[in-house]
Amino acid sequence: MNKYFTFTGLGIFIIGFFVFVGSLTMSDYQLSEIIIKDQGEGEKYTALMESSKSMMGVTYQSNIAFINDLRTTIENANNSIIEKYSISMDLAAKISERAGEDEKFIYKQSIIDELLPAVDEASTYQNKSLKDYTGWMEGKKYSTKEALTKELTGSIQSINNAISYQIAFDSYSAKNLVFSITKASSLGILKGNLKLWLFLSFGLMIIGAFTYFYGTYSDVPAGIKNNQIFMDAITNKGWLGVALGTFMIAFYIFLYFYPEYLTNWVLLMDPISYKLNGGPASHWFLYGFLYTLAVGVMGIRMILKYRHNTYQIIRTISVILFQTAFAFIIPEILAALNKPAIDFKNIWPLDYDFFYSYNLNELMESGFLGWFMLGWGLALIIIAVPVITYFFGKRWYCSWVCGCGGLAETLGDPFRQLSNKSLKAWKIERWMIYSVLIFAIINTGAVLYTFFTGSYSLLGISTESIKTSYGFLISSMFTGVIGTGFYPLMGNRVWCRFGCPLAAYLGIVQRFKSRFRITTNGGQCISCGNCSTYCEMGIDVRWYAQRGQNIVRSSCVGCGICSAVCPRGVLRLENGPEKDRLNVPELIGNESL
Amino acid sequence: MKNIVIIGNGISGITAARNIRKLSDHKITVISAETDHFFSRTALMYIYMGHMKYEHTKPYEDWFWEKNKINLVRGLVSSVDTFQKKVHLKNTGEIEYDILILGVGSKPNKFGWPGQGLNGVQGMYSYQNLENIEIYTKNIDHAVIVGGGLIGIELAEMLLSRNIRVTFLVREKSFWNIILPPEESEMINRHIREHHIDLRLETELKEIVSDNDGRVRAIITGDGEEMLCQFVGLTAGVSPNIDFLKDSNINVQRGIVVNKYFETNIPDVYAIGDCAQFETPLPDRRPIEQVWYTGRMHGETLARTICGEKTAYKPGPWFNSAKFLDIEYQVYGIINNHLKEDEDQIYWEHENGKHAIRIVYNESTLKLIGINLMGVRYRHDVIDRWLKDGIEVKNVISNLKKANFDPEFYKEYEDEIMNIYNSKFPNDQLNSTSKRGLLAVFTN
Ligand SMILES: Cc1cc2nc3c(=O)[nH]c(=O)nc-3n(C[C@H](O)[C@H](O)[C@H](O)COP(=O)(O)OP(=O)(O)OC[C@H]3O[C@@H](n4cnc5c(N)ncnc54)[C@H](O)[C@@H]3O)c2cc1C
Ligand code: SF4
Repeated sequence: MNKYFTFTGLGIFIIGFFVFVGSLTMSDYQLSEIIIKDQGEGEKYTALMESSKSMMGVTYQSNIAFINDLRTTIENANNSIIEKYSISMDLAAKISERAGEDEKFIYKQSIIDELLPAVDEASTYQNKSLKDYTGWMEGKKYSTKEALTKELTGSIQSINNAISYQIAFDSYSAKNLVFSITKASSLGILKGNLKLWLFLSFGLMIIGAFTYFYGTYSDVPAGIKNNQIFMDAITNKGWLGVALGTFMIAFYIFLYFYPEYLTNWVLLMDPISYKLNGGPASHWFLYGFLYTLAVGVMGIRMILKYRHNTYQIIRTISVILFQTAFAFIIPEILAALNKPAIDFKNIWPLDYDFFYSYNLNELMESGFLGWFMLGWGLALIIIAVPVITYFFGKRWYCSWVCGCGGLAETLGDPFRQLSNKSLKAWKIERWMIYSVLIFAIINTGAVLYTFFTGSYSLLGISTESIKTSYGFLISSMFTGVIGTGFYPLMGNRVWCRFGCPLAAYLGIVQRFKSRFRITTNGGQCISCGNCSTYCEMGIDVRWYAQRGQNIVRSSCVGCGICSAVCPRGVLRLENGPEKDRLNVPELIGNESL
Repeated sequence: MKNIVIIGNGISGITAARNIRKLSDHKITVISAETDHFFSRTALMYIYMGHMKYEHTKPYEDWFWEKNKINLVRGLVSSVDTFQKKVHLKNTGEIEYDILILGVGSKPNKFGWPGQGLNGVQGMYSYQNLENIEIYTKNIDHAVIVGGGLIGIELAEMLLSRNIRVTFLVREKSFWNIILPPEESEMINRHIREHHIDLRLETELKEIVSDNDGRVRAIITGDGEEMLCQFVGLTAGVSPNIDFLKDSNINVQRGIVVNKYFETNIPDVYAIGDCAQFETPLPDRRPIEQVWYTGRMHGETLARTICGEKTAYKPGPWFNSAKFLDIEYQVYGIINNHLKEDEDQIYWEHENGKHAIRIVYNESTLKLIGINLMGVRYRHDVIDRWLKDGIEVKNVISNLKKANFDPEFYKEYEDEIMNIYNSKFPNDQLNSTSKRGLLAVFTN
């Protein structure tokens, strides 16, 4: 280890990191009419322009205050629209009264034209909506005045409620609006010098990281060097590990739920985004860039660390390439070409929204390419998974191709030893992962049901609510917040081990119909425990090795690290005949028995 | 149901306990002074280096023992009374037995060097030794290791991991050359120096010098050179840990004397593992076997005898393995440091000097005797079969790829070895045939 380089590298990295985090506070914010104009046209934007008057020209030093005011502004715009378009509740009674004049309480739509004539924009809308909502009541006879009033009141309420998402900003577009206005309203040193700040944050972090790697690996002979891992605060759940975990969890929560606070980071991405797809960056672009960068930089670290191990080198190059090309660059290019921006290596059910109607519709409307993408996705599920897994085990995907696996094997490598190896953890794992698989199947079944039948209710359950719960619980909370945020606390494969439904599917194939196994080498095991300790999936490899039993486990992702760290050459990842895969445990060497 | 007491929770004692439990319902008690639970002694170095914690070195989870009704007692046995069939624990009473198994392991050798009892002078065998090493090597800058064997080089690697300068005194002309042939031994000499360890061959320890507080200050070598240091590691071999048996009537010499059934001179008392000394050593074997694998085999075998099926110890072909810093070592069969009278060999070494394969065979019958591997992994089951079947070197060479156990995508060297064979046997040319690697998926 060359201390000068490691210290310098660490120093540069930390400066870059602080610039990066600090950049979140580096802008001022000022709203202008042009910005509002750029957002769109129509009634609600006019209302927004009106309600945002008080913000115009005011310079905000913090995005928190700006975003608060902006939210209020949008709310005010919505309120004014709602006020304008709402039908007065009195109308119900008035209509009943009118209908009761000949003591029969027969409902007639002509009364609407009488009491609520369409004279201007608002009354036209009200008149039309009320007619739409009450069309079925035409000519219906009510026994009392109250009964008719009640029916009408319900309709008016529904109409009034719908204004907020039909004419005004619904909660989804309000959220996007806050993000894009905040981003556009940024002013100051950051926005003026994006490339400089890009260098001072990402540039320094990258230079620092490589300098650190150089210092760590350059003058040390190649070999397994896990020195101090269990003494280091960052890799042994010390304060640094907890701090890093907290940072990553916070990052995911902001990214998924409050991206408007991260607009400065997104701004930093603009120069890159323009180069790649000709447009400005979104927060998903930011995420893709960070992800790819992490896989790339930490992937190079992985290669340096295991530079004596060809399997690790090739495998790591593979995950870096798949992430960079398939997950990042190709989708960006497709988007720039106005084609469906899919990730060709993502497979259902990990790709949980593959069967969502918006995806199916988009693919089916995109001509030959779209149909090809649809067929490709189906072929991956039906053919590639079973066939390739039969020949090579699930590793072909989990530790060679997959993005989640790619991040785990690169950024996550320093944390692999933190996975729990107990029998209890294994039990919990099996319960959880198969539950998620079932949940994913139900979710997909429900959305397909809706897609084909148009009905939003399946056995009395709303398909939308299944979809929303899956999106929140599994795809946001589990995959992102827990799956990655918990790297420094529970190891780097929390998601892959406990949650990923695709891993569950691949695992079933691997366990029951595959040529893959980890062979143990006769009687050579000394029960040292390195293999189990460094198994990111929490497999107690030693338990098998020390009794001479091949390791055939559904969860094994075939990363090959057990084999690498074994000091006695006991373990080998192999594809071979199925016949002797599940061998009788035997320790060679004792002929007495 | 018999009352079986085992002293020692190392690999030999624990394997005996586990196998007795598999085969019977006997009452089993395991006594150890060292730790509450069985851990892997071979992994001690990794605890110090921070690759693992003590927890990780336990091959079985803590609930395992109770579930399998193996009763664990922590305590030091101070003496054994074979007349009353009792063992006495220091301070904590006594335990009766019907059958006593001694798996008490070894202790580091100390050869009466002046100053060997000073603070900061340590052997490395037990968990307690490791704790002391931890204490005595805090913030130090220079350490001296005495004794060039497997534990010595492990200790050197440990200290390096804490950035401590290491001087390594080796009495022999070359590292571990009582076992390793010259080329392999020289390879390790080079590798030790590559790691910036100050390797002093043909250098002995004469004396350890104290400072005013009874802590090591320096050592003096056989040539009279004084070296300042704050820690001295004594790793000049181990010997059976049997002092507490001196006053018993169990027959001990260097170790506890046993026959091929592990029976001592006293009925119902057995000894296994590092502490057992075979009355009549097996052919080509040592009287005291001090490795993990033999400890395990002793335990497996004795369990049979105890559970009613009297079984003699009959190990298969010898094998062993180790790791010298970054270079892995495996041996199958008996490879001596120099060829014997009727032996011949094929030796290949990679140009980077970090991989070597040595195949020794009988000069006249051409039958395989053993294979030595540096920086290459081979399959135990394949070579074990070859050795037992006594196949000829020609067949070994033509099938060598089948024995390769290196990870996928590693470079294979078997063709180069075949070339050496071909030039050595010009009348018997072999051709490379069998495939391995990714394409083999579709062929086998
Ligand atoms: C650092 C190191 C690395 C090694 N690496 C390897 C390797 O890589 N490969 C290999 O094959 N071998 C290796 N060995 C050797 C191997 O570990 C031993 O051969 C093996 O552990 C011996 O096992 P055992 O069961 O005979 O005794 P031990 O493991 O020594 O167990 C004996 C136990 O009995 C206890 N005990 C002894 N006397 C008493 C008493 N009076 N009262 C109570 N308890 C008592 C001891 O405290 C100890 O816990 C290594 C040894 C060391 C020290
Ligand atoms: S790392 Fe190797 S020697 Fe150690 S327990 Fe695992 S298989 Fe056995």
